[in-house]
Amino acid sequence: MKVSIERGTLLKAVSQAQSVVERRNTIPILANVLIEAADDKAQFRATDLDIEVVDQAPAQVERSGATTVNAVTLHEIVRKLPDGALVTLTEEPGSGRLTVEAGRSNFQLATLPREDFPVMPASDYAANFSAKSDVLRRLFDKSKFAISTEETRYYLNGVYMHVAEGEGGQTLRCVATDGHRLARIDADLPQGAETMPGVIVPRKTVGELRKLLDDDDTPIAVSVSETKVRFATEDITLTSKVIDGTFPDYSRVIPSGNTRKMEVDAKEFASAVDRVATVSSERSRAVKMQLDEDRLILSVNAPDSGAAEEELGVAYGDDKLEIGFNAKYLLEIASQVDRENAVFLFNSAGDPTLMREGNDTSAIYVVMPMRV
Amino acid sequence: MLSHPELFDLSIAHMDCDAFYASVEKRDNPELADKPVIIGGGRRGVVSTACYVARIRGVRSAMPMFQALQKCPEAVIIKPRMEEYAKASRAIRAMMEELTPDIEPLSLDEAFLDLTGTARLHGAPPAVMLARLVKRMSDELGLTGSIGLSHNKFLAKVASDLDKPRGFSVIGKAETDAFLRDRPVSLIWGVGQVTRDALGQAGIRTFADLLRWNRADLSARFGSMGDRLWHLARGQDRRRVSAHAPVKSISNETTFHEDTSDWHVLDGHLWRMCEKVADRAKAKGIAGRVVVLKLKRRDFSLISRRQSLRDPTQLADTLYRTARGLFDQVGDEGPYRLLGAGLSDLVPEARADLTPDLLDPEANQRARAERATDEIRAKFGSDAILKGRAIR
Repeated sequence: MKVSIERGTLLKAVSQAQSVVERRNTIPILANVLIEAADDKAQFRATDLDIEVVDQAPAQVERSGATTVNAVTLHEIVRKLPDGALVTLTEEPGSGRLTVEAGRSNFQLATLPREDFPVMPASDYAANFSAKSDVLRRLFDKSKFAISTEETRYYLNGVYMHVAEGEGGQTLRCVATDGHRLARIDADLPQGAETMPGVIVPRKTVGELRKLLDDDDTPIAVSVSETKVRFATEDITLTSKVIDGTFPDYSRVIPSGNTRKMEVDAKEFASAVDRVATVSSERSRAVKMQLDEDRLILSVNAPDSGAAEEELGVAYGDDKLEIGFNAKYLLEIASQVDRENAVFLFNSAGDPTLMREGNDTSAIYVVMPMRV
Repeated sequence: MLSHPELFDLSIAHMDCDAFYASVEKRDNPELADKPVIIGGGRRGVVSTACYVARIRGVRSAMPMFQALQKCPEAVIIKPRMEEYAKASRAIRAMMEELTPDIEPLSLDEAFLDLTGTARLHGAPPAVMLARLVKRMSDELGLTGSIGLSHNKFLAKVASDLDKPRGFSVIGKAETDAFLRDRPVSLIWGVGQVTRDALGQAGIRTFADLLRWNRADLSARFGSMGDRLWHLARGQDRRRVSAHAPVKSISNETTFHEDTSDWHVLDGHLWRMCEKVADRAKAKGIAGRVVVLKLKRRDFSLISRRQSLRDPTQLADTLYRTARGLFDQVGDEGPYRLLGAGLSDLVPEARADLTPDLLDPEANQRARAERATDEIRAKFGSDAILKGRAIR
């Protein structure tokens, strides 16, 4: 194999591959990236056996072929090469070495045979559709903070992507929850997605997917089966197993009868929460909200370290209410709001609270109060 | 009588009653005086205490009961009467409190005492006061104990064991190194079979072996234990005698009458263990962030699983549900002879059970039911109200 690629193009392809590779590996081949060169193209493939990413880059192929080499090492080398350099990758058959050349730099890397590299078997997908990059980006960005890390509830360790019945008809919906907060994000259902089975996209896949998604309307090809999900741009294909489990019936935990409404500037609210929480160093810091006629008092009382209080002007016209929340959860949901005011809907101090942006019900958040 | 050059300078003591449970039984029933007596629960249990007559025959505490009976078939087996032992323990505690406020009880029958600076008050050095203490215990309570006196807790505990029963042993500063040199490292409290094997693999069997290691190497190989070993090898132990030694974990376990892999039986035991742990946590006003499940197989191999909670708990319900999850994960590895549950990483109860689970709306109701149950049991006794699974 002999192939030459522009350094920037190569770096982009290799960095996607090396981020999929597990850092601590007991199987040596899994630390490697599979390089295949043919027809003016070079393909870089990496896997952790759950996720596979294939990145394609234009290249000058002098001699086609394939080999595997340590992904992290190759990435480090390419990263340190000067911008604009032309990088040539050469492997003489049977040599067991890949030569990386650029300008006056020359590297020799040990290879493993391509036959040992596990390639994810192809699947039949139940649904294939196209979604815009920024739409997918919003769906996952606004939900991923609520993904659980609890291993015993493995079925919560991802984002539940499915077709749901929304207010204006069918929607493409992403839901994540860890039992303390929940995010439910809707988007218009793309054509062809109607037959999609609901799948739980694992946390790591969400992270990798995010790297493919720019904030524009580039079409992303999405394929979904009961066991796998695939996202593809023109150059990159990300295939992932989905979590084998049943996502809980989240609809019954979304409160529908919360009538006490508070409207607040989300930025102002988040900064105030952040400020008062400073006095407490506990792992779960409780912030107390005292609501009265158009007035919100945020306070933290940490017996060991101190106390803080701040008053905010809000729109609130219901009975007095005292309710506590974990400061981190409040900050996280408040930071999801980017255009309008944050609207909180309360019931009582012991019931789940709902938050949304203005009157937009396409993104709603539920957070469980904390005893204070 | 005893004499030692540092006798009147040492002030850290360890008092250990001699075959405490058995001694209480013999005191209360003179017929048992010269018979081998074993305190322990049932045919399947383990020996909790053996009197010295039984010990001559090879019976040791923590030995399975069937084994003890093989060694000493005519032994009188007595079920423990914890209230009596607790009563005797309180009486001893009261006597110790006349000596010093710095008492750290390790269990009902042993405690550390720090008598530093009490010589003036009592008009006698610690050694004399301790000798009076054991004499009073014997005269007034009919119970004997052994004293270890030294310059730190580690050595005091070692000393109390040197000359049991009715012992009074002293390890002075000057002789510490010579005393330890050829002793096995298993002398260190907390060095059990596993640590002993690990040390053995590193070629460490005696304190002399330990002295050949430098501090960094010990730490690198044995972690935080390594640093402690380095100090102990030099007879150094800076832990204070503390009346309020923090509780690190709460756990309960039970050995079954017969090994079982019956899911229903195990589930019943699991609930009862969780309830006991929760009761103790509530009584102490604490809660735990880590739930621990312990299972012992027929061949005595141990399975231990733990799970961190996001919100510390003191509720039997949460404890049970988490432990049940761990139990289900272990799968079918039985039959088991023992099951235990516990809480560790303890925090004050004010920080427990603050955020209910969104996905388990009934949890709140169950928590309220549990609190109500607790109140009923406090009023009418612990059997006044039970869960169905508690009687399986």
